[in-house]
Amino acid sequence: MSEILVLVDHVDGAVRKTTNELLTIARRLGEPSAVFIGSDVSAAADQLKAYGAEKVYVVDDAEVKGYLVAPKAEVLQQLVEKTSPAAVLISSNAEGKEIAGRLAVKTDSGLITDAVDVQPGDSGPVTTQSVFAGNYTVQAKVTKGTPIITVKPNAATPEQVEGAAEQEKVDVTISDAAKSAKIVASEPRKATGRPELTEAAIVVSGGRGTGGNFEPVEKFADSLGAAVGASRAAVDSGWYPHSFQVGQTGKTVSPQLYVAAGISGAIQHRAGMQTSKTIVAINKDEEAPLFELVDFGVVGDLHAVLPAATDEVNKRKG
Amino acid sequence: MNIVVCVKYVPDATADRHFEADNTVDRVGVDGLLSELDEYAVEQALQLKEKGDGTDEITVLTVGPEQASDAIRKALQMGADKGVHVVDDAIAGSDSLATSLVLAEAIKKIDHDFVVCGMASTDGAMSVVPAMLAERLGVPQVTFGSQIEMQGKEIRIRRDGDAATEVIGATAPFVLSVTDQSGEARYPSFKGIMAAKKKPVETWSLADLGVEAEKVGLSASWTQVEDTAARPPRSQGEIVTDEDGSGATALAGFLASKKFI
Ligand SMILES: Cc1cc2nc3c(=O)[nH]c(=O)nc-3n(C[C@H](O)[C@H](O)[C@H](O)COP(=O)(O)OP(=O)(O)OC[C@H]3O[C@@H](n4cnc5c(N)ncnc54)[C@H](O)[C@@H]3O)c2cc1C
Ligand SMILES: Cc1cc2nc3c(=O)[nH]c(=O)nc-3n(C[C@H](O)[C@H](O)[C@H](O)COP(=O)(O)OP(=O)(O)OC[C@H]3O[C@@H](n4cnc5c(N)ncnc54)[C@H](O)[C@@H]3O)c2cc1C
Repeated sequence: MSEILVLVDHVDGAVRKTTNELLTIARRLGEPSAVFIGSDVSAAADQLKAYGAEKVYVVDDAEVKGYLVAPKAEVLQQLVEKTSPAAVLISSNAEGKEIAGRLAVKTDSGLITDAVDVQPGDSGPVTTQSVFAGNYTVQAKVTKGTPIITVKPNAATPEQVEGAAEQEKVDVTISDAAKSAKIVASEPRKATGRPELTEAAIVVSGGRGTGGNFEPVEKFADSLGAAVGASRAAVDSGWYPHSFQVGQTGKTVSPQLYVAAGISGAIQHRAGMQTSKTIVAINKDEEAPLFELVDFGVVGDLHAVLPAATDEVNKRKG
Repeated sequence: MNIVVCVKYVPDATADRHFEADNTVDRVGVDGLLSELDEYAVEQALQLKEKGDGTDEITVLTVGPEQASDAIRKALQMGADKGVHVVDDAIAGSDSLATSLVLAEAIKKIDHDFVVCGMASTDGAMSVVPAMLAERLGVPQVTFGSQIEMQGKEIRIRRDGDAATEVIGATAPFVLSVTDQSGEARYPSFKGIMAAKKKPVETWSLADLGVEAEKVGLSASWTQVEDTAARPPRSQGEIVTDEDGSGATALAGFLASKKFI
């Protein structure tokens, strides 16, 4: 069976949940081989094994870190040449997509981004994408070279299947050209203590209707163990950091439950949440367009409804 | 310094965007416009030019159908100096690899010090073309800039990544992409609209770029769309009106019924 390369998405060896999903998808297509670029594979090894990696290619990142994107694409290029995989799977975030784009050019291969599902097909993997603000579903495949596919969070339910996780150290050479965009400074994002927005099972978002007070949104989120999101109007007003923005120019989320409080439902916001399983809105305007999408809606003032709902949820949890 | 700004002509996001029988986007039957996110690229180019010594020239470049000249015109109205429109029937249906190939060949023909792009198109929304251009042109990529500073040939951007906020530095030539956090884009002034009428726009074909038609377009693309389907509309669920706390009770009841509590 052919190898499927999975680029491990991690911060200092802490592997993100999306990698488990990628390994699960890789197992459908062939033999999962994890590609770990970093200096602390020991922190990641158990998890990669638990989710089915048969091999773990370990690439020391001394030559990679400190530069933007390009060196990682060179690492993958060299591994593609070495292993002739049947596909390369990468997490669909800004960096992952850029690595994939460069790799596609380098290997003269087709690229599909933002897959929400990947299944084996007669002539290679068949992907599903959700496009035009979630209004269309598209099935596609790569017809040239090695299929390079970036996969969105929550595209698969991670399955624990023990793999051999045999480690192989790989030496790569990074060109000077790849080291031309330098990371001059880096400030890690502060942990919020809440689940990661794109990975969370429940997301509670606030918009302009919060009037700048996100406390009711956060408290309700915490009662449900949810991540907090925000509309661009809330972000642009400086009420919540940009990294929590949901929508076309923010994050796309596809949780089990999405709660929108004080958000009107502009197309650009919908683009980031329309594929959520269950949608709930709280808005004082019964004409708000978001109500068209909801499974449950409350017409009312979020500053009254959310605190009362928080109490109610906490009470029911006992 | 001379700047090339890549702008895309896209179907209006608020209109009924759809696919044709061959699974390509209907780019003619739906009103199109300059991708809103590329207005930020034009804006940053204008700001960098305004800080320069006055000799700089901004060329807006688009690859797209006849109507895509609208996107160029809007950028010229905002203040760019000239336009290049690559249009060729053979390009229709190109994927990201083919599009970036055509763009890169066009950029090579334009006298420039660096390239500016938007963070994503508002239709394909892949956010890969700038990185692909950097790869094809062999220059640094400084992408997803939310703050841009330039001194001489040195650029520094702020990049809000998933795990960290970074400062990225590089030296021209480079490919820069800017986000919608980089600063509001200006509206064309009346003067700008009048001036744009006299600005030069060149139209290039694939032959002008020396790109073989067999290398691009739907049939030559590296990817193939097999099927497109409209998502079934969501049916509206129950809507309650809050009266003295009834909304919260009903909401909690709904969440419990769905096992979220
Ligand atoms: C290129 C482009 C990209 C964009 N990208 C994004 C994006 O990624 N994400 C995004 O969100 N937007 C994005 N937008 C902006 C988008 O078009 C909307 O402007 C934005 O989503 C509006 O945010 P909002 O719903 O919070 O504000 P509004 O549209 O102002 O809605 C506020 C809502 O709150 C309700 N409300 C007010 N007070 C209360 C109260 N006390 N209790 C309950 N309800 C109340 C109001 O009835 C109203 O419906 C983008 C726009 C463009 C042009
Ligand atoms: C719904 C949909 C899904 C698609 N999925 C795929 C896919 O999975 N794989 C694939 O290879 N192709 C795909 N395509 C085709 C792809 O979108 C186009 O080929 C496109 O030209 C390049 O990608 P983008 O529009 O996503 O650009 P992005 O990478 O999002 O654009 C970023 C920036 O590049 C510049 N730019 C992009 N296109 C042009 C242009 N034509 N002229 C000038 N500047 C430009 C602009 O500055 C823009 O802001 C898809 C298209 C659609 C409509």
